[in-house]
Amino acid sequence: MSEIRDDRQYTQTHEWILDNGDGTYTMGITDHAQALLGDMVFVELPNADDEVSIKDEFCVVESVKAASGVCAPTDLQVVEANEALDDEPELVNSSCYDDGWLVKFKSCSVDDLMDATTYAQTLN
Amino acid sequence: MKQTPLYQMHVELQGKMVDFGGWEMPLNYGSQIEEHHQVRHDAGMFDVSHMSVVDFKGVEAKSFLQILIANDVDKLKTQGKALYSCMLNESGGVVDDLIVYYQNDDYYRMVINAGVTEKDMTWINVQANGFDVSVERMSDLAMIAVQGPNAREKVFAAIPGIEEVCGELKPFNAASLGGLFIARTGYTGEDGFEIMLPSSSTKFTWKMLLEAGVKPCGLGARDTLRLEAGMSLYGSEMNDEVSPLEAALTWTVDLSNKNRRFVGRDALEVLKNEGAKKTIVGLVLEGKGVIRNHQKVMTSLGEGEVTSGTFSPTMGKAIALASVPKGSTGKCEIEMRKRQVYAKIVKPPFVRNGKVLV
Repeated sequence: MSEIRDDRQYTQTHEWILDNGDGTYTMGITDHAQALLGDMVFVELPNADDEVSIKDEFCVVESVKAASGVCAPTDLQVVEANEALDDEPELVNSSCYDDGWLVKFKSCSVDDLMDATTYAQTLN
Repeated sequence: MKQTPLYQMHVELQGKMVDFGGWEMPLNYGSQIEEHHQVRHDAGMFDVSHMSVVDFKGVEAKSFLQILIANDVDKLKTQGKALYSCMLNESGGVVDDLIVYYQNDDYYRMVINAGVTEKDMTWINVQANGFDVSVERMSDLAMIAVQGPNAREKVFAAIPGIEEVCGELKPFNAASLGGLFIARTGYTGEDGFEIMLPSSSTKFTWKMLLEAGVKPCGLGARDTLRLEAGMSLYGSEMNDEVSPLEAALTWTVDLSNKNRRFVGRDALEVLKNEGAKKTIVGLVLEGKGVIRNHQKVMTSLGEGEVTSGTFSPTMGKAIALASVPKGSTGKCEIEMRKRQVYAKIVKPPFVRNGKVLV
């Protein structure tokens, strides 16, 4: 069974988004997604201050099996990218909800997200 | 889907089971990369029971194999000696690649690929018409490959009596012990054994190996290991339409005996005289990203295609085998996810016996 955390929200494309309460959000991929992709070998991240439009691909997580694009869930501006992933992409596997986060961004709002219960149902 | 005698073991070991050519096989047991390193640094084992063992017996077994495959079994003089070869069709394309083991002049054993077993058996039986040879698929035999620098030592510790029989066994040779057939061969670029054994004793042997500290490894690691070792995969580097002369497998084709008219020889001789236009080379990516199968490659001599691409855990960068115009050297360009990247053309293998060679 995949781990799903109650403290955050989810997209249909298996990313999690955590509202930091200060107008910024943290984003990563879910346990289900990392398990499907397998061992991560590279993560391509955007630069701080990059402005990204909704649905534009702004990260790529690449595993032994496949490269998978991560799209912006809303119009956003990147605050910080997780540089630790340059040297340790495997953090996305071992700690997808904590140390393996991808980006922090700011945005007015993020719509069309699922809560943990709804996301869990989509996996069944 | 078909299951090997070790299916239950894989499930108990939390193997991630996938459909592999109709067989339910473990892709990994957690981390493919850890399993890869396990084989490079210590010892790992693979269930390769989906592969097929075929025995050839009879007074014309030798003369039959001399026309069936492109390498010459006449090279095999001592019991257990192994030979790698391609089996060709009339146009010189590869029906399958295989290993044949010599038992005596009237008895040879062959190991063929899982995915093309039905095609191979039909082909072999048609060719065998008119020869005094029996062709029998040994469906009851399972196979475990134990690979890594410590593989032999751990096999000796796990299976009583095996060291006496296989302690002095040279690479590419096999020996028998009761119902076991043990070959010092593999598909990883490391030392080790491929052990053929009766289905009924497979689980027991697997458990003994686990107890001796051999870690289970899945097909994911098997592929990255064989690719680092520069070994061809049937269906990727070669197929029914590709000649061994176009797949860097010329060394497996023996044309020395002019009287040996093996299937595909005429086509190979024509191609040899014309000169093959393409070959398989190794690629090492400069920078980030992973090279994937079927990506387009541009060398200074023209266009080619990636036949097997992956991330090399040993080198920490992407590597590939690619079919390119013969004579291509230097750098090439690869089209990857909307951008152009560069790779260095190298001669495989990339890694052997734990050492990076490129």
